[in-house]
Amino acid sequence: MMASSAPMPDHPLTTQDGVPLKTKLARAERMNKLKSLALVLPLALFLLLTFVVPIGSLLLRSVDNPEVVASLPSTVKAIGAWDGKSLPPEPVYRAVAADLIKARDDQTLGDLGKRLNMEVAGYRSLLGKTARALPFDPAPASYKDALVKLDERWGDPAYWQAIRRNGSAHTPFYLLAAVDHRVDDLGDITATTPDQAIYLDVFARTFWMSAVVTVISLLLAYPLAYLLVSLPTRKSNLLMIMVLLPFWTSVLVRVAAWIVLLQSGGLINSALMALGITDHPLQLVFNRVGVYIAMVHILLPFMILPIYSVMKGISPTYLRAAVSLGSHPFGAFWKVYFPQTVAGVGAGCLLVFILSIGYYITPALLGSPNDQMVSYFVAFYTNTTINWGMATALGGLLLAATMVLYMVYSKLVGAGRLRLG
Amino acid sequence: MSTSVKLAVVAVGLAFVGQAMAKDLTVISFGGANKAAQVKAYYDPFKKVSGINVVGGEYNGEMAKVKAMVDTKSVSWDVLEVESPELARGCDEGLFEKLDYSKIGNKADFVPGAAQQCGVGIFVWSTALAYNADKLKTAPTSWKDFWDVKKFPGKRGLRKGAKYTLEIALMADGVAPKDVYKVLATPAGVDRAFKKLDQLKPSIQWWEAGAQPPQYLASGDVVMSSAYNGRIADAHKEGKNLKVVWNGGMYDFDSWAIPKGSPNKDAAYKFIAFASKPENQKVYSQNIAYGPSNKLAVPMIDKKEMAELPTAPQNMKDAVKVDVGFWADYGESLEQRFNAWASK
Repeated sequence: MMASSAPMPDHPLTTQDGVPLKTKLARAERMNKLKSLALVLPLALFLLLTFVVPIGSLLLRSVDNPEVVASLPSTVKAIGAWDGKSLPPEPVYRAVAADLIKARDDQTLGDLGKRLNMEVAGYRSLLGKTARALPFDPAPASYKDALVKLDERWGDPAYWQAIRRNGSAHTPFYLLAAVDHRVDDLGDITATTPDQAIYLDVFARTFWMSAVVTVISLLLAYPLAYLLVSLPTRKSNLLMIMVLLPFWTSVLVRVAAWIVLLQSGGLINSALMALGITDHPLQLVFNRVGVYIAMVHILLPFMILPIYSVMKGISPTYLRAAVSLGSHPFGAFWKVYFPQTVAGVGAGCLLVFILSIGYYITPALLGSPNDQMVSYFVAFYTNTTINWGMATALGGLLLAATMVLYMVYSKLVGAGRLRLG
Repeated sequence: MSTSVKLAVVAVGLAFVGQAMAKDLTVISFGGANKAAQVKAYYDPFKKVSGINVVGGEYNGEMAKVKAMVDTKSVSWDVLEVESPELARGCDEGLFEKLDYSKIGNKADFVPGAAQQCGVGIFVWSTALAYNADKLKTAPTSWKDFWDVKKFPGKRGLRKGAKYTLEIALMADGVAPKDVYKVLATPAGVDRAFKKLDQLKPSIQWWEAGAQPPQYLASGDVVMSSAYNGRIADAHKEGKNLKVVWNGGMYDFDSWAIPKGSPNKDAAYKFIAFASKPENQKVYSQNIAYGPSNKLAVPMIDKKEMAELPTAPQNMKDAVKVDVGFWADYGESLEQRFNAWASK
C-alpha cells in the first residue's frame, strides 16, 4: 500500500488511501448519478404508470382478437383439419352447434356476432338465428345438413373461412384495415375495394393539412415575433398579452366564435358585401378554408413563443456589425440573423405540426366530411360504433407516423438544436 | 317530544317507507320532454288506478348498466324505455324478459312492428322530409323533389351517416317505400343509392345532432332537410313555419321492456298494459308530437293534432319501418362505405 503524498511521474495518481484517483472519481460520479436517478425515479415511475403502461396496453388492443377463440373454442380446434376450400367436415358443424348453445347461455353471442359481422356482413343475424334454433330436437344424423337446411349461408365456405381466419387470439385485421388492406379468403393480404378504402387518404390529408397549417403559422409568426423583440418593452408587453389572451381561452369558444364570424350571414361576409368586394356570400366555413383559419389562429402562439424567446437572446449588434461592414440589410438578415433563429423556428414548426396532427374538434365543427383528420375516425370508432380495435389501430399508426417524422426531423435539423424557450 | 315517542314515530315512518318501497315500480326513460309527457299520461294516472307508486328514473340508453344488473341478479329497474336496436340486441343477449301478451293486450291492436318478442312499442317517431315554408314557394311532396335542385334551389340537410340517408336516396331514385330494404340488401342496390347521392353531393349540408335540422331550416342555410318529426313539431310550436312531408318518412319505435329477473314483474306488466291502452296513449300524444303505438288511439285524437303525428293513417300510408335487423347486419360495412364516399 502506497502512502506517498507526492505523486510519482510513472505511477497513476492516487488518493490518500492508495486507490487510484481515476477509480475514486468514477465511484463518486456513480454515486452522484445514482442520487440523481433516485431523484427522478418518482417522475419516471409516474410517467411509466400513467403514460407508458396505459398507452401500451391500449395499443395492444389493436391486435387483440379474443371473441372467436373464447366463444367458439371447439370449432376453432376442429376447423384446423379443414382444407379451406370445399365445405368443412361434419365434426366442425357439430362443434359450432355445441359452441353456439354455450355462447348463448353465457351471453357472449353479442360480442361474437359483432366481431364476425366485421368480416362478413350478415354474420350477426346468422348466429342469432342459429342460436335461437338450437339445440336441435331430436339430434339430427348430420349437423351439416341440419344447419344448411336452417340457413343456406352455413353452406357457404366464406362464413367458415371467417372463423378460421380468427382462430388465434391476435389478428392483423384492424391494423390492415387502418391502411385499407385486408386478408382475403385465400389468406393473402390485398387492398380493400376502392369503395371501402378511406384511411390512406385520411392519413395523407392529415399530414398535408398539418403541413399547410405549420407553414401559414410560420409565415405569420416570424415577422410578428421579430416585431415583438424590436419594440420597446411597454409596447411589446401589450402585444404579447394580445397574443396570449386567445391562448388562454377555451378552444371550443374560439371555434364557435369563428362559426359566427365566417358563416354565410356572418360578420365577415356582410362586411365584404357592404364594401362591394363580393356580391354573394363567400363559403368560408364548413370547408377547408374555415378549418385552416381556425387552426392557424389556435396554434399561432405555439409558433410565436419559441421563435420570440430565441430572438430575444440574439444581440442586435451582430446585425449592425454586418451592415456596417457593407452587407445589404436583407443579406445581413438572411446570412447573420436568420441562421441564429433556426432553433426557434424548428421548435415552433415541430410543436405546431405535432399538435395539428391530433386535431379533432376544430375540423369536426368547422369542416366538411372531406376535411376530417385521423382523430375524427378514432373518435367515431371509440364513441359511435364502439369498435376499439379499429380506434386503437388508427391511433397507434398515427403515433408511429409521428415518431418516424420526429426522427427524420431530428436527423435533418438536429434535436439538440431545438429550443422551446 | 320525548325520545321514546320520537323513536316510535321514526319506527312507524320506516315501516311505512319499507312498505311503500316494496310496492314502488321503477320506470326508467330517456328524460326530457318525453318523460314529462309520460308522467302526465302514464305515471300519475297509473298510480291513481292501481295504487302502485311509480318512481321515474332516467338513463342514456347504456345497456352496460342493464347487463350489470341482470348478470349480478340485482335488478332494480322494473320497466325500461329502449330504442329498437338495443331492444333487438338485448333480446338476443337475454337481458329482457320475453313478454306474455295475454297480460298486455291484443297484439293486433298495435301498429305493425310495435309488438316484439321482448318489447312493446310506446310511441312512434319518424325521420321525414322537412322544409321551411317561408323560403319555398311551392311545397315539395317527395324525396324526388328533394333531389330537384332546379325547381327548389338551395342546400339540403341530410344526416351524416348511412342510416336513413341510403333509404332516402333509393326512394328518390324511384324505389317504392316497401321495397327499400330489399333493394338495399343487394350490392347493386347499394351502388344505386350512392350513385343517386353523387348527384346531390354538392348541395348537401350534413347534420349530426337532431337539433341541427330545425336550426338550419330556420336560419335559411338549407331549404329542405331530413329531420326527426318531434323536433320539427317543437320548432313549429315556437312559431317557425316548418312543415313535414310524410311521404317516404321512416318510422321506428321506442319500446317498453322488462329487465330479466325484475322482482316486480306483475306490477311491470300491469303498468305496460295500462300504458298501452288507447285512452292513455291519447293523452301522451297530446303532450308530445309522437304517434301512439296502439291503433285504437288514433280515432280518439283530434284531427288537427293527428295530422302532425307519424301514425296518422294518411302519414303512415307511404312510410317505411326502419329495419333494425338490416342495420345490425349491414350497418358496419355501409357506414364504412359512407364515410369513404363522404370524405372524397
